[in-house]
Amino acid sequence: MTEHAHIVPYRTFFIVWAALLLLTALTVVVAQFNLGALNVWVALLIATVKSGLVIAFFMHMKYESRLFLLSLFAALAILAIFIGFTFLDVLYR
Amino acid sequence: MTGHEHRDDTGARFGMWLFLFTEVLLFGGLFILYAVYLHRYPREFVTAGAELNVWFGGGNTLVLLTSSLCVAISITALQRGSTVLCLRLLGVTLACAALFMVNKGFEWSAKIGHGIYPGSPHLLDLPPGEAVFFNIYYVTTGLHGLHVIIGAAVLTWTMVLIKKGRVNAQRWVMLENAGLYWHLVDLIWIFIFPLYYLILH
Repeated sequence: MTEHAHIVPYRTFFIVWAALLLLTALTVVVAQFNLGALNVWVALLIATVKSGLVIAFFMHMKYESRLFLLSLFAALAILAIFIGFTFLDVLYR
Repeated sequence: MTGHEHRDDTGARFGMWLFLFTEVLLFGGLFILYAVYLHRYPREFVTAGAELNVWFGGGNTLVLLTSSLCVAISITALQRGSTVLCLRLLGVTLACAALFMVNKGFEWSAKIGHGIYPGSPHLLDLPPGEAVFFNIYYVTTGLHGLHVIIGAAVLTWTMVLIKKGRVNAQRWVMLENAGLYWHLVDLIWIFIFPLYYLILH
């Protein structure tokens, strides 16, 4: 069984790479300002956007069948339960 | 190729993704440790985190992002039949992996030189929150570094298969899967960098 490959042009990858570098610079700049507890959340938000770019383009998720994306969300939901239930204990013990 | 060959490239990629999910949960456990102790020792984490050098962390971020770019392009190159370009890009990726580990080596030896390593007398004298920060830092970046080495080894093996023609424009799923593993290494670092090197400045 051979399948038709979705060949991603080089240009797309260079644009994604440039966006990743810009976001890295942004996360360094934002960290210079003291936003209190918000610093962690901003850093996590930027890291999540960067991860989305890597997964969608470098890892070809955008071109895979829907099943791949659904299973990714299932794995992330399990991770969220893992983190959430740990903090239910940590915060309200 | 004679006869009917059974191949399921989509299945092969899906299997790789399932494996990557287990890796996410593995590192997820370490990030939970970080989050719980950050919650318990916010001040000590700031003091300890200020010891980490942003230039090492930032430099290694650039190195890994660029190595991921090279792997991504190498797959397109192979699919288009540009085997030489593909191998050169993978060579650059391996150089990036080596550069990352050399940086890590300098960073760790500077820390160890200052008496900061798991179980060191200096660390035992520090407040518990600071010692915890460095212990989690060593476990997380150590496990990540191990993944860099494994990823580089898998990419090297893939390069051998490409040279032999076993991985080519018609059958590239091995390179795709090796690339997926490499990008995971990049993904983990995308979270390690701000959490350990930046958040506390």
